[in-house]
Amino acid sequence: MPLKKTINDSHSRWMDADGPAADIAISSRIRVARNLAGIPFPHLLDQKKAEDVIHAVRLAVIDKDVSSKVGNIELSLLSEMSPVERQILVDKHLISPELLSNFERKAVVLRDDEVISIMINEEDHLRIQCLIPGLQLQEAWDLINQVDDSLERTLDYAFSEKLGYLTACPTNVGTGMRASVMLHLPALKLIKQLGGVLNAISKVGLTVRGLFGEGTEALGDLFQISNQVTLGQSEEEIINNIVAVVSQIITQEQAARNALYKNRREVIEDLVYRAYGTLKYAHILSYEEAMRLFSELRLGIEMGLVSGVHARLLNELTVRIRPAFLTKLSGNEMLAHNRDVFRAELIRKEFSKLQ
Amino acid sequence: MMCKRCGQRPATMHMTEISNGKKSETHLCEACAREIQAQGFGFSFSPQLQLHDFLAGLLNHELGGNKHDHDELTGKRCEKCGVFEGQIVKHGLLGCGDCYPYFEDRLLPLLRRIHGRTRHTGKVPERTGGRARLIKEVNNLKSVLKEAVSREDFEQAAQVRDQIRQIEKSLEDGGGA
Ligand SMILES: [Zn+2]
Ligand SMILES: [Zn+2]
Repeated sequence: MPLKKTINDSHSRWMDADGPAADIAISSRIRVARNLAGIPFPHLLDQKKAEDVIHAVRLAVIDKDVSSKVGNIELSLLSEMSPVERQILVDKHLISPELLSNFERKAVVLRDDEVISIMINEEDHLRIQCLIPGLQLQEAWDLINQVDDSLERTLDYAFSEKLGYLTACPTNVGTGMRASVMLHLPALKLIKQLGGVLNAISKVGLTVRGLFGEGTEALGDLFQISNQVTLGQSEEEIINNIVAVVSQIITQEQAARNALYKNRREVIEDLVYRAYGTLKYAHILSYEEAMRLFSELRLGIEMGLVSGVHARLLNELTVRIRPAFLTKLSGNEMLAHNRDVFRAELIRKEFSKLQ
Repeated sequence: MMCKRCGQRPATMHMTEISNGKKSETHLCEACAREIQAQGFGFSFSPQLQLHDFLAGLLNHELGGNKHDHDELTGKRCEKCGVFEGQIVKHGLLGCGDCYPYFEDRLLPLLRRIHGRTRHTGKVPERTGGRARLIKEVNNLKSVLKEAVSREDFEQAAQVRDQIRQIEKSLEDGGGA
């Protein structure tokens, strides 16, 4: 049942915009890679062996001890879902786009609140993810750590004293951990300081990506900051490093917002209310335009200029206006133009409910 | 050329992608192309595959491979999973956990280049961690000892020292293996 709810509901816990520094830090995510000892990595497995891995994880997650510690979790095969349903899981950031290729061999474990998800047979046998709102990397790690410990009671991990957790790709070996924070940085962009800030990040061993990972545009002024190094640093060191850098960026963005408000208040207000008005009344909206308008309106919400719209709604809408969810809602494949019309209608309806 | 999406089948479809007003070429296998068209979703390059290309390049360099050598089934073979050095070079992925010790000589320089270090200092699994866990505990206790001594808390220091000796003795006896 939880899977149906996950697919039918665009809402996910991370969208609640209620964590620390939530006016700039949208969400915090940690993923750890784990592999089973003595079994080749997923890319070398045939269908039968891949199913064995899924079976082993299934046995581990139905363990009573696991459910008592981890919560209400359920394993689903990717092959049980339609292409649209699979894509919705990607759009909600619960699985990576990579899990979609060769999906016959893959599975996902989801906790009912979607805070915990485990991808099975992605690049590694297990990729355990925790995704929560605001800047809460330590909390995310505590949760992952618990899930990891309880799975390890049943599963034998590929681990070496010297190199730590062994992964298919040498970029993940060691902690196997990728921690990231999603930041909303429109003011730094407006004052043309973004390039410098992002450049500095890459100099301290961190990576910047767009909303849907590497190689994607920074849609909606959203940036994912994550660690690059996984070997030779403890999980706590990795987290502390990111938190220190992210806190700096947050301070910069805050300063930029304050400066804009103080010196160019009419510019900010115009931007925000124009976006509000367009979203409320437009009849054709492309995904890119909607994401830009969301970013501008979000800035107004975060700065306290707009009341009556919650950032949670915008977070949910970013998933609902993606092609997959639109297809699901309309019950049909649509041409791009029709989709833009349908998207605008959906947003208009949501905004007309607001006071 | 391999498919840019799955990286596993040869690319036979060459499509023009228009996104954000920019035109670009993309190369896909038939299966992936069909899947994308059926879904009607915008295509975005798989991030990991790009990274793999990059890594494969690095590995090619570290493993002393020849750039033009595209025959995968060459070089040393992991005794455990049977993966060829050539396959690792080409795909940027190891075959199994045992590939690490097996190809260690060639991997270490690569790990140093990626991570700057070659020794894990993070979490150790409770059950399968074995000796690593005990060693980590000794290291933790040693810093506790140092701190106790600097505080001149000799009672605690003596206690911690005994604990360290006990674990070290069990390590010498092959404990945790
Ligand atoms: Zn393909
Ligand atoms: Zn191997």
